[in-house]
Amino acid sequence: MNDAIDISHVRDAAFTAEVEARSGQKVASCYQCGNCTAGCPAGFAYDMQVSQIMRGVQLGLKDSVLKSRSIWMCLSCSTCSQRCPNNIDVAAVMETLRHMARKEGHITVPKVEKFWLSFLNTVRAFGRSYEIGTMVLYMMRSLRVYTDVDLAPTAFAKGKLGLLPHLTPGGAEPVERIFRRYRERAKREGGRP
Amino acid sequence: MNFAYYPGCSAKGSSSDYESSTQAVCRALDITLEEIPGWNCCGSTPAHAVDTELSAALCVRNLDIAARQGADLLLTPCPSCLSNLRAAARRMEKPAFRQRVNELLDAPAAETFPEVTSVMQGIARQIDRETLAARVQTSLKGLRLAAYYGCLMSRPSELMRFEDPENPLLMEGLLSACGAEMVDFPLKTACCGASFGIPERAMTARNSGRILELARRLGVDAVVTACPLCQMNLDLRQKQAGRACETSFHLPVLYFTQMLGLALGLKRNELGLNKLAVSANGLLEKMDNLRRADAVEGGRS
Repeated sequence: MNDAIDISHVRDAAFTAEVEARSGQKVASCYQCGNCTAGCPAGFAYDMQVSQIMRGVQLGLKDSVLKSRSIWMCLSCSTCSQRCPNNIDVAAVMETLRHMARKEGHITVPKVEKFWLSFLNTVRAFGRSYEIGTMVLYMMRSLRVYTDVDLAPTAFAKGKLGLLPHLTPGGAEPVERIFRRYRERAKREGGRP
Repeated sequence: MNFAYYPGCSAKGSSSDYESSTQAVCRALDITLEEIPGWNCCGSTPAHAVDTELSAALCVRNLDIAARQGADLLLTPCPSCLSNLRAAARRMEKPAFRQRVNELLDAPAAETFPEVTSVMQGIARQIDRETLAARVQTSLKGLRLAAYYGCLMSRPSELMRFEDPENPLLMEGLLSACGAEMVDFPLKTACCGASFGIPERAMTARNSGRILELARRLGVDAVVTACPLCQMNLDLRQKQAGRACETSFHLPVLYFTQMLGLALGLKRNELGLNKLAVSANGLLEKMDNLRRADAVEGGRS
């Protein structure tokens, strides 16, 4: 019996297979060169570096990967994918992990999700995104009412923020219908819309 | 030449100056942008971060409108819209994915969609360097500029197919044709912190700060951008970026269309320069002084 750490109880081979299938990426070909981590502009805010996430996926460490802060802090800038010597679209893997984490109800950085959902609420309501609406919904959801108040005077003075939503001519109904069908399907299939 | 046009939501809100300068420059270059009717938001980062099929459905509704208009090329000023529209079109090539997306739409989408490209590439396709140089009314000679592309113009590279993905030179080509001196800017495709300005300010302040710091060290008169979100992070959030770097910046950040518009001699109010958070007045004065000096020089010889 050697004294190596036994991680067999946390390894989930099905998880590795699912990430590869959903992302269309061959995570097995990662040889841990660290190029992705070296170039990642969000790494300073990660709890596991992106190369560690890749290793975690290879090893089937489902819990640590899906509960990581990193998958929520990823900027989707694709620098990692650009610089991977094995042509793995690492950013696509990160996005897949985010989708899987949401599906399992692991929202490790809720304010990021709250911001996304606030933005999408305005798109559903008006057909187009609405900056002030996004801010107000986000402040309500996150209880962070002072978000960016320092920018407000300049933003208003320079006409950077339209006070009224920009409505889609012909109404926002077709877009609302897309969201409705999406939500219904997500519920039916057991996901988090 | 007429092109179908997808302005994207920022054009109607936070980047109305990008929109007005895009329209003005295209008009001056005999390019007509025909806004597709009833377009909707592409879903931007939040949609694809939440669900790929939702993101695709929002994009495909627009691609479908353009296809039914008979467009063969669709231009958009926004790199994020461009990336989302292209990714959706690519994914729709898979029948199983197409079917899932069609289920979300009112009616199944058109079988093929027009090619989508950026306004920058559209302009470069229409107008070669010599033609552009010949249209210049007010040379940018004497101005030192940094071209900043951000992430999405060139990445993911096989989707965006935009020159050398780590060192694109298209913007440098356009602005140097107008006389500007373009510095070699190593952070030209680095990320500005994207949409994290609201939920996680440190992420945006730190990344944008690094870009502004380098631009300042290189002694540029302005940073020139092609993306509404990059422009907002570098301009409107410049004070936040300065605080994150324990300094303060005062660097004008213009859209490439505003810079082109100045060179083409377009009216400054048409270019929305008054919308910039960091004033471009110093830059405009420098330009005026340089051209006055040229005139004196020219008068003497």
